[in-house]
Amino acid sequence: MSDKLHLDRAGLHRLYREMQRIRRFEARCVALYQAQQIRGFLHLYDGQEAVAVGVMSALDAGDAVLATYREHGHALAKGVPMDALMAEMLGKEQGCCRGRGGSMHLFDQSRRFYGGNAIVGGGLPLAVGIAMADKALRPGAVTACFFGEGAVAEGAFHESLNLAALWQLPLLFVCENNLYAMGVPLAESDAQPEVYRKGAAYRVAAAQVDGMDPVKVAAAARLAVAELRVGRGPYLLECRTYRYRAHSMFDTQAYRGKDEVDKWRQLDPIARLQDWLLANRQISAEELAGIDAGIGAEIDAAVAFAEAGTPEPLAELTRFVLMDSVVQEQTP
Amino acid sequence: MSTITYREACRQAIRAALQADPRCFVMGEDVGRYGGCYGVTKGLLEEFGPQRIRDTPLAENGIAGAGVGAALAGLRPIVEIMTCNFSLLALDQIMNNAASLAHMSGGQFAVPLVIRMATGGGRQLAAQHSHSLEGWYAHIPGLKVLVPATVEDARHMLAAALADPNPVLIFEHIVLYNAEGELDEAVSAVDIEHAKVRRSGTDISLVTYGNSLPKCLAAADELATAGIQAEVIDLRVLRPLDSATVIASVRRTHRCLIVDEGWRSGSISAEIAARVADEALYELDAPLRRVCSAEVPVPYAAHMEAAALPQVADIVAAARALVSPAG
Amino acid sequence: MADFLMPSLGADMETGKLVQWLVKPGDRVKFGDVVAVVETHKGAIDVEIFLDGVIDNLAPLDQEVPVGTVLATVRQSGETAAPAVAAVAPAAVAAPVPVITEVSAEPARSAANVGRIRISPAARQRAQQLGVELAALAGRGTGEGGAVCLRDVEAAVSRHPAEATAATGSDVHRGFDPAQMRQAIAAAMGRSKREIPHYYLTDSIDFGAAAQWLAAWNAERPPEQRLLPAVLLLKACARALLAYPQFNGFYEDGGFRAAAGIHPGWAVSLRGGGLVAPAIHDADRQTLPQLMTAMRDLVQRARAGSLRSSELADPSITLTNLGERGAESVLGVIYPPQVAIIGFGRVQPRPWVVDGQLAVRPLLNVSLAADHRVTDGHLGGQLLAGIGDALQHPDTL
Repeated sequence: MSDKLHLDRAGLHRLYREMQRIRRFEARCVALYQAQQIRGFLHLYDGQEAVAVGVMSALDAGDAVLATYREHGHALAKGVPMDALMAEMLGKEQGCCRGRGGSMHLFDQSRRFYGGNAIVGGGLPLAVGIAMADKALRPGAVTACFFGEGAVAEGAFHESLNLAALWQLPLLFVCENNLYAMGVPLAESDAQPEVYRKGAAYRVAAAQVDGMDPVKVAAAARLAVAELRVGRGPYLLECRTYRYRAHSMFDTQAYRGKDEVDKWRQLDPIARLQDWLLANRQISAEELAGIDAGIGAEIDAAVAFAEAGTPEPLAELTRFVLMDSVVQEQTP
Repeated sequence: MSTITYREACRQAIRAALQADPRCFVMGEDVGRYGGCYGVTKGLLEEFGPQRIRDTPLAENGIAGAGVGAALAGLRPIVEIMTCNFSLLALDQIMNNAASLAHMSGGQFAVPLVIRMATGGGRQLAAQHSHSLEGWYAHIPGLKVLVPATVEDARHMLAAALADPNPVLIFEHIVLYNAEGELDEAVSAVDIEHAKVRRSGTDISLVTYGNSLPKCLAAADELATAGIQAEVIDLRVLRPLDSATVIASVRRTHRCLIVDEGWRSGSISAEIAARVADEALYELDAPLRRVCSAEVPVPYAAHMEAAALPQVADIVAAARALVSPAG
Repeated sequence: MADFLMPSLGADMETGKLVQWLVKPGDRVKFGDVVAVVETHKGAIDVEIFLDGVIDNLAPLDQEVPVGTVLATVRQSGETAAPAVAAVAPAAVAAPVPVITEVSAEPARSAANVGRIRISPAARQRAQQLGVELAALAGRGTGEGGAVCLRDVEAAVSRHPAEATAATGSDVHRGFDPAQMRQAIAAAMGRSKREIPHYYLTDSIDFGAAAQWLAAWNAERPPEQRLLPAVLLLKACARALLAYPQFNGFYEDGGFRAAAGIHPGWAVSLRGGGLVAPAIHDADRQTLPQLMTAMRDLVQRARAGSLRSSELADPSITLTNLGERGAESVLGVIYPPQVAIIGFGRVQPRPWVVDGQLAVRPLLNVSLAADHRVTDGHLGGQLLAGIGDALQHPDTL
């Protein structure tokens, strides 16, 4: 693992635990989807957990995060309670967005988690604005904006990089390059498939990192965030990663071979960190079992909470189209 | 007669267009290897190759604009925008170029471009994937806006659209893709000018389009059991709007209920209501009324989404209130 | 709660004076009841109410108020009286809250709503085509919110048209003030001649067939059932107006508006001088005996000064018949906002060519004065011809 970053035992355990929470939460979501308790689109983060968990380990509670429609992992890693997330997946009033948003639109104002955006590239300009506000109102705070490599083809990416650089904003652009925009491989959608190189055109500092390794991601993110906190921003971090499953629950996967998926599974961030921790005596079998049991209990509780939740009354349908006032910022 | 799905009808239409005209090609996000977000172009890459089934990066404004340019310079593009919700990223090219070039150039340039997109809600895809924006596009002079609701229209409207010298937008409803219908092989073409009476009736005109058509037909069945004969008009084309067919129906029934999955305010349903009031006020024996989507971004939760979108029960209730308020 | 307003009894009426209530607070009133007497420059008029319910808050008498002023409130079925609620309020309320009768702050607007009934556009048009009076449809709607719709109009047609309301007795001083009457005629006729570009047509009608038929009819009947020639003229006009509705209506706001029904105003000269032309409602749909009864009643009440508000408000055209002792012909002045007046002279024997032979026939001169802004002489000629034709076949009238 990285020699640039010294993580203590607890820190390593936290990386493992957070990745495993995401994976097992989503595994339960798949079951619930098949039981038709979760509907609509369900974009799984399976395989990419190291990115959200690694980057988030470098952030503070007061930092802002924006993500995509594949954002269960980011929401969990940012600290959004699993209960509220699962209730949202089931469309319940107790969900983090009262059941209005569902899988693709998870938000948590109190944790500065700004969603949850189902338009490719839609979050990038928002992140520019949030970073502008932070620069003015919250010195030292950083905004991390996650997006896939597909978004790099959108105008919004280029406009946002330019604006952030022009205005020297504390904004961390995190490109989760999982190689396919739905079914189109990066090489066929981008003339310059090395995403991090695009930073140079806008004078944005940039780096490429192994997105299958949470420690490397965490190390790279810390370096970047340190720069941002002292006013040297923005920063573009390209994480090379892979999603094991379809774009959304099911697709034919005609765009890639099974052997390719198997090859990437060999690099699985959770399995590899677990092996490394055990091999290097950084975790005991009992500790590992304890973490796993804790996650299982948390998920069971979240599902029970969500299933016990209530549908929002229909009379509330037209609430929140317009607000009566700006909700004051809260901290959890 | 054969029974096919709406999706298959769309696919057959594209295949026939590609076979008929070598200038014709398809481009869009994931139209090739993936087979289209809703599976419409599945298998076409293998049949026609990557030059004519062109996968694009996620760059809606770019590909819509490229479609305009290609049409200007002699090709016959079929651009697929995955869903109309994403078409907002392409709105600039659609409106400021596709719809305006003919006029701005004083008639020098026609833009024979077809843009297909999925529209509508009903699959719990939440606010950024569920909207019905065809009414918006029908606001724009210089465009034609088609809303096929039957397999016949899905199969044949594309050819008429491609034959048209103007930019034509085709909105395919996501819920209709799986719907099956009878396709009459004897029919080889349809017009893109007229609305159609899909069911005759004497008591009320249900004016609708897209996925609200099957809902209105179901409502008409239910109304018939209550002794109310509803006439169902499928608009088929939102721009230019065939008000004559609507007015003729209102002259027969004297009552008009417009069913539109778009939001009520400033919608195509409002336009239809205004035209009926303008041209047939003295034919009306009851208020003009509409069943539209609730004015909210479509919510995710199933019960809330159902409440937000027009449903058969809403149509039946509204029609009954207009025909026999006491009963 | 609905308001009963000072009605407009003519285009030129701006104010009215309430001189008598024929009901008292708490009385139940129904559509068409005569409830009050209003004095206008045309005299005291029985005013009907077009609301159903319990009347209350009667305005005080003998005050000149603008048209549209609230004269009373009517509590419709299902409503409870607001003052009554206050009256039974708990005694804990220290000071009694004064009951304030709501008075319309905008009389002009309220006036515009007088008689406005909830009716669909299609039903309104159909009623007009069929000559169904809108007022007769109020309260009969089966549409949403009680709106009158097509089926209600058609039902009204199949019902017997005449639904006369019995006049309420009254001991108020009746009759027209001759000076006021003269003033009103001066105003209306002056306006007519200033504003309306009249054109005039006259024609001669062979009244022989009609006279013969009438003699035969009357010979078989007791005096009270006999018909006057005037009734044939009235019905013939109503029949012709059905075919030429352009003469039956009003010129208002720069355009013609056809009347909802054929309500000819029958000119009645008053004994003290002056003239009034109250409406005979739906003349086209009444039988000759019905019309005779109506005409007798109307003339009697006109001379007694107890006309009803709708009779003064509704005439859609004026008919004037000079009768046996009148002149040979008359060229009338249109009563605005009407658009035509039809005049009949004295019937007298004249030399006349019948089948190429000179014969002596009873001839009747008919004239039309019509508003050139609405119709032309060609159409006017057709109307007169229509009246003449109808009188050749009195058995069909």
